[in-house]
Amino acid sequence: MSRGRVLIALFMFYLAAAPFLLPEFYVTLMNFIGLATLVTLGLILLTGVAGLMSFGQQVFVGFGAYATGVLTTIYGASPWLGLAAGLAFTAAAALGLGLITVRLSGHYLPISTIAWGIAFYYAFGNLEILGRYNGIQGIPPVGIGGWLLDTGRESYALIWAVALAALVAAANLLNSRAGRAIRALRFRATMAEAFGVDTARLKLVVFLYAALLAALSGWLYAHFLRFVSPGPFSVHLGIEYLFMAVVGGAANVWGAVVGASLLTLLKEWLKDILPKFFEQSGNYEVIVFGLLMLPLLHRARDGLAPLLARLAGGARRSAVPAGAPELASRERPAAGEPLLEVSALRKNFGGLAAVRDVSFAIRAGEILGLIGPNGAGKSTVFNLVTGVLASDSGEIRFRGKRIDGLPSRRIAKLGIARTFQHVNLVGAMSVLDNVAIGAHLRGGKGTVAAMLRLDRGEERRLLAEAARQIRRVGLESHLADPAASLPLGQQRLVEIARALAADPVLLLLDEPAAGLRYQEKRALAELLRRLRAEGVSILLVEHDMEFVMGLVDRLVVMDFGERIAEGLPSAVQSDPVVIEAYLGGVA
Amino acid sequence: MSADIVAWLVQDGITNGAIYALLALALLLVFAVTRVIFVPQGEYVTFAALSLSLLEAGRMPGTVWILVFGGLAAAAVEAAAALRARAFAALPRIGLLYLALPAAVALLVGWAAPRQPAQWVQVLLVLAMVVPMGPILYRVAYQPLASASVLVLFIVSMAVHYVLVGLSLVFFGGEGLRARPIAEAKFRLGVVEVTAQSLWVLAASVVLIFLLWLLFERSIYGKALRATAMNRVGARLVGIPTALTGYLSFTLASLIGAVSGILIAPITTLYYDTGFLIGLKGFVGAILGGMASYPLAAVGAVAVGLLEAFSSFWASTYKETIVFAVLIPVLIWLSLRSRHVEEEEERE
Repeated sequence: MSRGRVLIALFMFYLAAAPFLLPEFYVTLMNFIGLATLVTLGLILLTGVAGLMSFGQQVFVGFGAYATGVLTTIYGASPWLGLAAGLAFTAAAALGLGLITVRLSGHYLPISTIAWGIAFYYAFGNLEILGRYNGIQGIPPVGIGGWLLDTGRESYALIWAVALAALVAAANLLNSRAGRAIRALRFRATMAEAFGVDTARLKLVVFLYAALLAALSGWLYAHFLRFVSPGPFSVHLGIEYLFMAVVGGAANVWGAVVGASLLTLLKEWLKDILPKFFEQSGNYEVIVFGLLMLPLLHRARDGLAPLLARLAGGARRSAVPAGAPELASRERPAAGEPLLEVSALRKNFGGLAAVRDVSFAIRAGEILGLIGPNGAGKSTVFNLVTGVLASDSGEIRFRGKRIDGLPSRRIAKLGIARTFQHVNLVGAMSVLDNVAIGAHLRGGKGTVAAMLRLDRGEERRLLAEAARQIRRVGLESHLADPAASLPLGQQRLVEIARALAADPVLLLLDEPAAGLRYQEKRALAELLRRLRAEGVSILLVEHDMEFVMGLVDRLVVMDFGERIAEGLPSAVQSDPVVIEAYLGGVA
Repeated sequence: MSADIVAWLVQDGITNGAIYALLALALLLVFAVTRVIFVPQGEYVTFAALSLSLLEAGRMPGTVWILVFGGLAAAAVEAAAALRARAFAALPRIGLLYLALPAAVALLVGWAAPRQPAQWVQVLLVLAMVVPMGPILYRVAYQPLASASVLVLFIVSMAVHYVLVGLSLVFFGGEGLRARPIAEAKFRLGVVEVTAQSLWVLAASVVLIFLLWLLFERSIYGKALRATAMNRVGARLVGIPTALTGYLSFTLASLIGAVSGILIAPITTLYYDTGFLIGLKGFVGAILGGMASYPLAAVGAVAVGLLEAFSSFWASTYKETIVFAVLIPVLIWLSLRSRHVEEEEERE
């Protein structure tokens, strides 16, 4: 049993024993920690993992609390109906707010979350049906089959059962096909799109998920305290939830418990001792909170999660499932069949024609090299073909179907996989998980299936495929290492393995040899030859003539945005136009 | 609604809008140069306005303690850095700038406050207390993280806001305060009764905006700020010290905040936490202007002021809800305009 499991088991034991041992006051405090844990957990996924910052979670807590408050007191409905209504209302509101904001760049989301936090706080406080600033009193307790949960200890059982279920579900989610994509959202969105992840949709899903967890916390809150007023849904609570998520850190869902516990306890303790030092009353604890956050952000931006990870004895080794059936693969085109046809492609940046009427074609089973001096427009062509940029005119066809203008995730679906010139791996994730992102489109299980562990069969096949591709590039000894711990040369191989995991018909490599040592280049060339022999077609954008010459079947040479030569390597090598482009007319 | 009510609401809206416009400019400036979403901008307004009210009452505002202790913290950070770099020659300058100067201001205020000096002296004292908060905050909270992502800097802003709003309650208490107007005259302009104070606000805003324009267009410091805003790395490569531009933008922001506070103090009753809302309304204005252009931000801020004036007439309790909900249509528009995939990804 790993140390992490021991810690979790100890925590479970404490949770089970606490209501029998602790006095009422501490049980209440534990309830508040449980409630905050739910909201913080959503924020850890939303902010820490997916990189979307929200200071407005308290609004969703308010939706959950007020929905059930109104329905149970005014309409005499059952709390369970209140729960359903609260979740439905929150889902609709979060979907609306999310559609508007999550597509915008980084800072708009947090600012607008503050804005709606203020807007809804005043709405809560002024709506007649919500009891204005007096709130709603006399909310009934939750009943389960005739058993009324009307004491703090009974609420404790419900709150912590829900919180634990949410924690386990979130841990399951992060360890799945959807979870890998979520973990790529924050720093690697372009890469995720290139492997078929609809990042805008996924961000919305995570946003919705965090909002629903907050609403769930609000429902529990309303039936535990039996009273709802606008106070706990003010902007400052939203800020505190975010602080909890920062303290907990993003690396681990259990950080939610740590962040929520530390800040709730600290606040209680400060409220106790600080007024003894000052004459007047005041919110002294917020000053201390703010002052404590600063050094934390300066010194330990990742929160306490890394410390937690050390306590738990390092990351869990990724286990490769044995004996999983192979994933279905694409039917391969016959050798020589036209694969990619680029005709009269053009792209301008302002007044600069980066690509001017470039045409070339790749046939199945060959390696085509696209070379040229710096600034020739190779990378622009690459970005046009992969859908990262939109062309101004011209056509790109893949197996006869036009692909220019398609987003990169649709192009990925057709069987084109790419690598990135600047290595684009999720550094904290294992090599195995990184490569498994490549196989994203070969699975189909979503977030809900992952939380409920209904995805295990597919997950085994995806990981087995990832492991197979890692063996193919010769990195099997680094399977479980974090991708960032590998040297650059091996990271480039991980990039290739990830592209191979997509089962591509055409592989696009953007300067795979850049920054490699001689031996590594030779090994890479060897690998690419082997891939060609296995029927993979490759478009290789390169810089390094020596590397390209012995490897490719044909070459296309670009200079100043135009195609200046095409043909067999030996013919291109002696072409006076090419020599002039490379050596600047000395020849 | 009669014509004079409309005229009165317009006057009220434009007066408040002018303040929001000043704050919107400060926020935009700080964001462009340092990438900091400076949530505590509104706190300068509260600190300046409430300090002015306390000085009028002959009491010493607690604002000086922020200066003294903030200066102490900044001195500690600076001295630690200087000692690590073995730059002992820098120590006297640090002591003078961060210890002696704040102490002098504190002594001066402590001496002058009970004597209830003339109003213009009070205004100068308030400026002396509030403006240095800008560079001190930058040194203590933001400079150590100058290369962090926008989102981390945003959390820092929230922490700073927390500290300042907590201190504000300690220094000024929960009661609302309002200062004496700078000018009490009123005169009629057609159907409108114009107060001289609102003219003061307008005039001061216009002058300040003009001065900012001069600074950006005509001075080398302004050009350095603009260069840093456009491209940090490029600015550093041509020899612009980016830390200096950080200090400069924070000082300008605290100056603008302090002036706004002095102008608004006689118009509205301010509470210890009012600044948060005022600053955020400046943000709403800046976003209405697309978060990129100074003139558009000013126009957006005046629009916020007008919207606020009219909504407080029609549905006063929902005033804040309406003002902050107006962001939603703007965000929809921005969202439709934006490209599908994020171009600028956060760095790891």
